Amino acid sequence: MTIASVGAVTTTLILVGAFLALMLNLNQVAGNIEEDVEIKALVEVTADEAQVDDIRQQIENIPEVASVDYSSKEEELNGLIESMGEQGETWEMFEQDNPLNDAFVIKTADPLDTFDVASEIEEFDNIQEVNYGEDVVQNLFRFNKYARNIGLALIIGLVFTAIFLISNTIKITIMARSKEIGIMKLVGATNAFIRWPFFIEGLLLGVLGSVIPIAAILSGYYYLDTNVSQLITFDFVSLMPFNPFAWQLSLIILGIGAVIGVWGSVMSVRKFLKV
Amino acid sequence: MIDMQGVYKTYPNGVTALNGIDVRIEQGEFVYVVGPSGAGKSTFIKMIFREEKPTKGTVIVNNHKLHDLKWKRVPYLRRNIGVVYQDFKLLPKMTVFENVAFALEVIEETPKVIRKRVMEVLDQVGLKNKARFIPDELSGGEQQRVAIARAIVNHPQLVIADEPTGNLDPETSWEIMKILEEINAAGTTILMATHSKEIVNTIKKRVIAIEDGLVVRDEHRGEYGYEI
Repeated sequence: MTIASVGAVTTTLILVGAFLALMLNLNQVAGNIEEDVEIKALVEVTADEAQVDDIRQQIENIPEVASVDYSSKEEELNGLIESMGEQGETWEMFEQDNPLNDAFVIKTADPLDTFDVASEIEEFDNIQEVNYGEDVVQNLFRFNKYARNIGLALIIGLVFTAIFLISNTIKITIMARSKEIGIMKLVGATNAFIRWPFFIEGLLLGVLGSVIPIAAILSGYYYLDTNVSQLITFDFVSLMPFNPFAWQLSLIILGIGAVIGVWGSVMSVRKFLKV
Repeated sequence: MIDMQGVYKTYPNGVTALNGIDVRIEQGEFVYVVGPSGAGKSTFIKMIFREEKPTKGTVIVNNHKLHDLKWKRVPYLRRNIGVVYQDFKLLPKMTVFENVAFALEVIEETPKVIRKRVMEVLDQVGLKNKARFIPDELSGGEQQRVAIARAIVNHPQLVIADEPTGNLDPETSWEIMKILEEINAAGTTILMATHSKEIVNTIKKRVIAIEDGLVVRDEHRGEYGYEI
């Protein structure tokens, strides 16, 4: 029974650790992408300089907007040519007759306001089109949300299972010692005095159960960090660095293990102390 | 010392054990509680060290109002009451010394005090040379003496004995009674539930008879009064 409850804590904590690592990394990626989200508002080709200034004024007046950069169509073309690398040269022939628009690049203070701000700008005069990485961003947010909710539900379920198993283990120890407890109460032991050995036992079970998960997290994350992160080439996707992330995660796991153990013991002792 | 007024006790299963008990016991008294099985003797005794709470009425022991004593305070009440049972209630894996020391460890005495006081009290019950034995190696009378030693080790003002001689042969019973009388002579109140006609009629003390949850007789230097 002791092995069973330590095993339950171990299993729980391995899964908790894996989910936490996944969720925190997803959060980080989402955060990176959020930071990169910008709105590009294309100005009508027909707009004259005064109208462009007018648009800038209007955009700057939106309270959620953090920064506005103007990028002329020449700058846009240069950016395009650079980003295309070798093939960019073919675009150089457009330098004489540039088909691109002048554009404003806008960042919002809170990335979540992107959608509202974009649709507001779309309504302005002399704006041809407003672009932002709508689909990608929203899909990622949605996926992240589902992953977080499912992970959370699983973690809570597992934690309660582990608490239940630990409290059962301790109940068995208590029943084996119920005569002793009865005599303790008879000669005037306080509940705190009776409780602390079981408290320690629960704590030990929980901490013991977190040893293997911590080892697994440290070695597993070290492996990911050294091998897998090199394979990721997108600059907005990066793993949290092993140090300090894996250590912090281990500490959290140890804490959860201890809490599970203590909670389990407190739950089962409580019933025996009434009378 | 003990003051019960209009005490009623009905258990959750509907059984009424006490039906309006009025009893006063003074410090230093030696009192027998007699009566047929199931008459309420055990409940009466459990009231005094707050193993049961009265349904109605007041129970005052050692100036503690037990009828509304918070259960957090119960341990402190019990440290002033020694309890001795028919079945001794010793821990089988502990030595005689450890069994007695247990009562002092629980109240967090220092090891030095414990050692001194336990040997003192084992000497008092005549078991000083058996301190390292475990209960199974002792006779019934000796085990009961260990239980008595544990009950008096922290100088309680009251000792409750629930049929302390119930499992013992007559000769051993007299030894136990002698020890209880000595404890009483030193000023400790003793309340003893018993079925032994011989003891009650030989060592004359106050007798409280309980039947159907009521005190039917309360006499100083009384008789057992039942034929078995």
